Amino acid sequence: MDTTLAIAETPLRRFVRRYAASPMAMIGATVLLVLLLAALCAPWIAPQNPYDLAQIDILDARLPPGAHAYSGKMTYVLGTDEQGRDMLSAILYGMRISVLVGVSSTVAALAVGLTLGLLAGYAGGRLEGFLMRVADVQLSFPSILIALILLALLGPGIGKIIVALIAVQWAYYARTARSAALVERRKEYIEAAVGLGLRPARVVFRHLLPNCLPPLIVVAALQVASAISLEATLSFLGLGLPVTEPSLGLLIANGFNYLLSGKYWISLFPGIALLVLIVAINLVADQLRDVLNPRLHMP
Amino acid sequence: MTRPDDTMQPTLAVEHLRTEFAARGGAVTVVNDISFTVRRGEILGIVGESGSGKSMTAYSIMRLVDAPGCIAGGRVLLNGQDLLGLNEEQMRRVRGNRIAMIFQDPMMTLNPVLRIDTQMIEAVQAHQKVGRAQAREMARAALARVGLPSPEERLLAYPHQFSGGMRQRVAIAIALLNQPDLILCDEPTTALDVTIQGQILHEMQTLCRASGTALVWITHDLAVVAGLADRVCVMYGGRIVESGHVRDVLERPRHPYTAGLIASSPSRNRRGAPLRQIAGAAPPPSELPSGCPFRTRCPHATPVCATMPEADVQDGHMWRCFHPMREPEGAAHG
Repeated sequence: MDTTLAIAETPLRRFVRRYAASPMAMIGATVLLVLLLAALCAPWIAPQNPYDLAQIDILDARLPPGAHAYSGKMTYVLGTDEQGRDMLSAILYGMRISVLVGVSSTVAALAVGLTLGLLAGYAGGRLEGFLMRVADVQLSFPSILIALILLALLGPGIGKIIVALIAVQWAYYARTARSAALVERRKEYIEAAVGLGLRPARVVFRHLLPNCLPPLIVVAALQVASAISLEATLSFLGLGLPVTEPSLGLLIANGFNYLLSGKYWISLFPGIALLVLIVAINLVADQLRDVLNPRLHMP
Repeated sequence: MTRPDDTMQPTLAVEHLRTEFAARGGAVTVVNDISFTVRRGEILGIVGESGSGKSMTAYSIMRLVDAPGCIAGGRVLLNGQDLLGLNEEQMRRVRGNRIAMIFQDPMMTLNPVLRIDTQMIEAVQAHQKVGRAQAREMARAALARVGLPSPEERLLAYPHQFSGGMRQRVAIAIALLNQPDLILCDEPTTALDVTIQGQILHEMQTLCRASGTALVWITHDLAVVAGLADRVCVMYGGRIVESGHVRDVLERPRHPYTAGLIASSPSRNRRGAPLRQIAGAAPPPSELPSGCPFRTRCPHATPVCATMPEADVQDGHMWRCFHPMREPEGAAHG
């Protein structure tokens, strides 16, 4: 390995350079960034607050894209839904909730799964057997089924759907983390860390964990997309979020009844937003997998 | 092995150490009845070929033997205290503190994602109640002591920014951080080129002499032992077959295996002549013969070798053989 190059190029820069090598991944990242910014800034950039009853007018219900408001104050670029809400605003606010649910459940599931997986991989023995059998049993059920059962028990609400998504996802991380930990703990630097007399918790979380992260980042990036679509599915089925906090899935469900009567925009535009969001996340995740795969880039 | 003038308590005394691995068809003994001592400031070489149990001996002393292996018997006395009787937390306080270990491959022993200062500071703080700044200063001093140029900048680097020789110096600096009583080196220069090996051997020797640290140097290279160690143990098949002062053992080997090893190492004095070799290959630990482990390859073996020979000791020179070499034959090489 060329030492001078290595000193000149920090790991972060090398990561960026490798990531930028794919134009599709750059498009994905750009789109994702725009969507995330739009979702994050929804209260400031949306034409109206779709949850403020004072701002919506029932007389504007089910207007097609481009129609003007009855009051004449604004134009509904993407049309309105059955309550006269501006679809563009609803989509921005809905995406905010979808992203919030997807990201927070993924981060929490990652934390839970990573901890359990590392412990299983490092400690071995009975603990490993127990944790991995629990994960196996859970993975043998379809995730939508587990989420449906949990939500039926817990009831609707953002916190509850996040809990359900964590319960569905943790096993993926636990298994990935365990297999990474099994590989890493046989390496000499772990032996050396134990030989230095470091405390077991420090060996696991300071030395083992960062070296197990790359495959988990890839899994997490893909899981954000599947968490968002699972949440949309649950909301579409009416089990997810309450009507007062509509995510993209609930918006699609709301327009579903009007699809056949020609009022396509109520379902179509949230659907497109969901599709673009998930495709963008997947493009980014794919490139992350290539960049973080040590087999493709031996230094 | 004790010489009359050595009345001081040894830093490390290993007594009848046995390490076994559970395997199908019974336990396999990889370290068999090993005994040796190392005193303050003394350098002990352990020589043997792959599979002779020399690395396992070091791992057993550190109690780093992973399942299915286990230490089946014996004592490991560090300054008179039996390490095998300590609980896991007490043992943690010994590792890296009283005993440091340096591993074979410097490319692998440093954590690739942590900066050198992080790794050194945590090594200090695992054993000493000192602040970050003070620990960092100790790390800087340790790097300077092993001859790394501009240690302040090196502290901020990642392991991949170092060459192999520099990494091994970092590993040595980490080993020195807590001023251990004993350093175990498991072939630390095998992965390095010969010039760097020579420098590191010299520095380790100087450092140990100056600080009174006892050093156990495990290697397969007789030349390294000849230049570095005070005393040497020759291991074969999990046993120490011969031990003693380096000059005695290398110039007047008594065990046929030691004699064979010496005869098969290249030498300037016999340039052009074909290298002699020991017939056959070392058997895996599960297939060692009864009695003397070397008897299946030994030119002098007789039926009596099927029982384990007792140790013969003469002036601190120990060997286990029914048919020890006569002095002139071993002295041919020197």
